[in-house]
Amino acid sequence: MTERAILPPYALALEMVLDGEYEGRPRIAMPFANKVQGRPGFLHGGAISGLLEIAAVAAIQAELRKRGDEASFKQVNVTVDFMRSGLPQVSYAAGEVIRMGRTMANVEARAWQDDPAKPVAIANMHYLMKRG
Amino acid sequence: MTGKTIADIPMNGRFDPRLATQFMAGAGHNGFLGSRYADHGDDWVELTLDWREDLVGDPSSDVLASSVVISLLDIACSLSIWTKLGEFRPQVTMDLRLDYLRPSPRGEPLFGRGICYHLTHSVGFVRGIAHNGDPDHPLAHAIGTFIRVGDRLP
Repeated sequence: MTERAILPPYALALEMVLDGEYEGRPRIAMPFANKVQGRPGFLHGGAISGLLEIAAVAAIQAELRKRGDEASFKQVNVTVDFMRSGLPQVSYAAGEVIRMGRTMANVEARAWQDDPAKPVAIANMHYLMKRG
Repeated sequence: MTGKTIADIPMNGRFDPRLATQFMAGAGHNGFLGSRYADHGDDWVELTLDWREDLVGDPSSDVLASSVVISLLDIACSLSIWTKLGEFRPQVTMDLRLDYLRPSPRGEPLFGRGICYHLTHSVGFVRGIAHNGDPDHPLAHAIGTFIRVGDRLP
């Protein structure tokens, strides 16, 4: 699978890339650019949310591959907590599958810039798992 | 980047969500999304954007990325606070929750309506819905809070 294959057009349009791993899970990077800017000089909350959602999906896909599970999944909801202003520099995000069962998955995604311990935002998502 | 913010738009009185949206549409993430003013009331603002190939979240179905829905509602909810207040004040999103009832299909325009249902000195409480033209047939519900960050943005 190529890097681009797992990222949808929306992510590619914002120049997100699969950028190695964070604690064994896929790390997504997004450069700062005018198209992800909110108020001048800061990241837009919507673009941060987008980065978090792409990281969450990558985490689920990785977990399914690891398990040899061919389930598909659909997002039910997301809650994003914003903690810091996103500065004009590259941002990273990684998701963690907290639990994946037969019917649903709980995922947490974290976005940061210089230090993962200082998150820009953290999101929690629920996904519906579909099998057969 | 002009460095100007919404605070710099001459409003001649009350905060005008139409003028603010026009101003914001020219640059940044809102410019990328192509979001435009649709309608507003005393405490709500509705924005719209067109389906586009590069906003797709799932190439197998061509539905819009869910993040596009978040972004549109984030902006609409933010505008609803200034609209209810009648003036701009610097604020940031504290949290935002979205429930996705259904996807936004290929070719359909997306509408995002933000409603400020309560406002305190520091916090704006908002909810929102996204739809494809009929608000009675929503595709997402949102709820969130925005916090005032003082007169100087951090």
